[in-house]
Amino acid sequence: MISFSPSEEQQMVVNTVKQFATDVMRKQYRECDESGAIPAEIIDTAWELGLVVSCIPEEHGGAGWEHSAVTGALLAEELAWGDLAMALHILTPWLAILPIVEMGSEAQKKKYLPPLCGGGFAAATAALAEPRYNFDPGALETTARKNGGYVLTGSKCLVPLADGASFTLVYAREGKVNQCFIVDKGAGGLAVGGKEKNMGVRALATYGIELKDCKVPADNKLGGDKGCDFARLDNLSRVALAAMAVGVARGALEFSRDYARDRHTFGEPIGSRQAIAFMLADMAIEIDAARLMNWEAAWKLDRKEDATREAGLAKAYADSMVMMCTDYAVQVMGGHGYVRDNPVELWFRNGRGFTAFNGMAIV
Amino acid sequence: MIDFELTEQEKASVEKAHEIAEKHFRPISRYYDEQEHQEPQELIDLMWSKRGEGGLMGLGIDGALRTEELCWGDAGLALAMPGPGLGGAAVFAAGTKEQWGKFLARFNEGKPKWGAMAMTEPGCGSDTAAITATAVRDGDDWILNGEKIFVTFGHRALDLSEGIVVVWASVDKSAGRAGMKSFVVEAGTPGCRVEKLEKKLGIRASDTATVVFENCRIPFGNILGKAEVKAKTEGFKGAMATFDATRPIVAAMALGVMRAALDMLRDVIDKEGIKIRYNAPRNRQTALEHDFMEMEANYKAARLLTIRAVWMMQNGLPNALESSMAKAKAGRAATLITQRAVELMGPLGYSREYLFEKFMRDAKINDIFEGTGQINTLIVARRVLGFTREQLK
Repeated sequence: MISFSPSEEQQMVVNTVKQFATDVMRKQYRECDESGAIPAEIIDTAWELGLVVSCIPEEHGGAGWEHSAVTGALLAEELAWGDLAMALHILTPWLAILPIVEMGSEAQKKKYLPPLCGGGFAAATAALAEPRYNFDPGALETTARKNGGYVLTGSKCLVPLADGASFTLVYAREGKVNQCFIVDKGAGGLAVGGKEKNMGVRALATYGIELKDCKVPADNKLGGDKGCDFARLDNLSRVALAAMAVGVARGALEFSRDYARDRHTFGEPIGSRQAIAFMLADMAIEIDAARLMNWEAAWKLDRKEDATREAGLAKAYADSMVMMCTDYAVQVMGGHGYVRDNPVELWFRNGRGFTAFNGMAIV
Repeated sequence: MIDFELTEQEKASVEKAHEIAEKHFRPISRYYDEQEHQEPQELIDLMWSKRGEGGLMGLGIDGALRTEELCWGDAGLALAMPGPGLGGAAVFAAGTKEQWGKFLARFNEGKPKWGAMAMTEPGCGSDTAAITATAVRDGDDWILNGEKIFVTFGHRALDLSEGIVVVWASVDKSAGRAGMKSFVVEAGTPGCRVEKLEKKLGIRASDTATVVFENCRIPFGNILGKAEVKAKTEGFKGAMATFDATRPIVAAMALGVMRAALDMLRDVIDKEGIKIRYNAPRNRQTALEHDFMEMEANYKAARLLTIRAVWMMQNGLPNALESSMAKAKAGRAATLITQRAVELMGPLGYSREYLFEKFMRDAKINDIFEGTGQINTLIVARRVLGFTREQLK
């Protein structure tokens, strides 16, 4: 039966994250963007909420909550509303955890999940994007050659927290299919480059990595011999990023709306003029539309159905939506939107990133 | 719990409506577009005979989805089908139980009948508070005077059946919006006549009439809601409450037209052997893929906003904001999608041999009636900003 109401548990998760986003993330996002680093306390506090490892089965040290892409989308929206760089950082372990929980072999779960359930934030990550013109996640150029174990060759970029990660899931093409390989920290042939400099999400540490004949044991192919369902992981990533786009756009709408109410010109608030008011209305409509489309894609994924069409449309729509909204927010505020005293220029830079962030988040 | 699954009953209802649309609407679509103002009598009789089976348009999720299907068949014909319509919706929303019996029972018996709503005047459209038609109390009667235009079903309700028209008129002009009341006028009432049938860009099978009231005398009991003029704007709020229910239904009509264009375009693309790659990133999409995905996403966006607005109404949640969001988005999306379909089809899109050009003409009305895209955007903007109509004009 059609319903647009989150469940009580989902609402609790949303409330918890919203509180954290308001009290912690929103207080420090600007300094983090300027300094290019996120204080460890913020990440630790987020980790203590327990949301990230909750979906790990109890026998492997987690809380054993049933994983839900809808819940993940709700949570990701709130985190991204707080700050996108922090949201991506906080959820980076999911890039490693969720594929293993859902598609890993028993041996892989046993080996890789429990160490993540210890005390503090445990960095593990994934590498999908490649630093080249016309990159396409469906046609990776990083290759995996079977040779007893596997030999990985290729370049990756936009790998969050690669430097400190205890292991990295590397996506590579084996024959004609994309597969995923668990590469341990310090593996031979794996070289993590310097921290990347990006237009937005400057507080998030992302790295390029090089794989030069990087040898991986045969057991480390995600899912064992049968491999993984890359299309599903790709779709779960689209849903995560679209949800974050909605969060960023919502922040932009709220801030520029408040400004349009307060800022007076010629004796009345600029929000009293349709030229401004209509921009805000369009933002509100498109944000809701993108959120609902993304919920539908997530809902389909929770039912274990193929959602390539829904997730593809939701992501493409959210990509355009967040750019429009963050641009409008800057425009509504004029020069005040352009200066770094106000957050909208930061959101504008972050908004542009979504078309490049393939595989940088997953729910 | 967030859920997008229709109930079995809703699924069956949609399937049935689609079957009717495909079998009975689509094949005669072009004919009644070209033969404007000709009665599709067979279809009218058929749909009237099916009225008990839930085949017609209606409010609620079920009704909205059926509306989409029928308008997928043909939006003009869907708007020619008998039933209580917007007039009935107003009676249902603002009338008493007695009035339901008196005015709505007819839609379940005898010959086909239509219910119309008369609000727009030559001098006012969305600014319904500027209505100049008057209703003056005279003993046990009201006397109506004024001219109403763009009355959907006007001709069929008043001339071709024993239908009803719900007329908006002022009982006290000095009271402004608070003086606005609605009245039921039954077919055959002296002093009420259809003066003109509009010739239109699209939805040509639907009649759009000018109705003139000249000392039209109706019983006192035909007023919907209270006769007293209060300081508060209750009458006007009644009209607005009706819009909250009807705007998503008009949005659902738009959904039908846009999906008709999308489905037909997809058939053509399929026949050419082109597959839309939904997982291709933006930088790898062809221009056609990009256009098609944008069109389909806009359809989905409009559809979900519409279903949400209807769902809220069904669950008793205030939905004025969401109704206007759905209506604004659906009108705009229908316009975009159908125009793009004509463009992508090239000369074939422009030819009257195909239905693409008709979909484009039919779609445009959805961005106009039941509040233009702009007036709905304005309503959304006021709600987003928390501004009154005085603060945001």
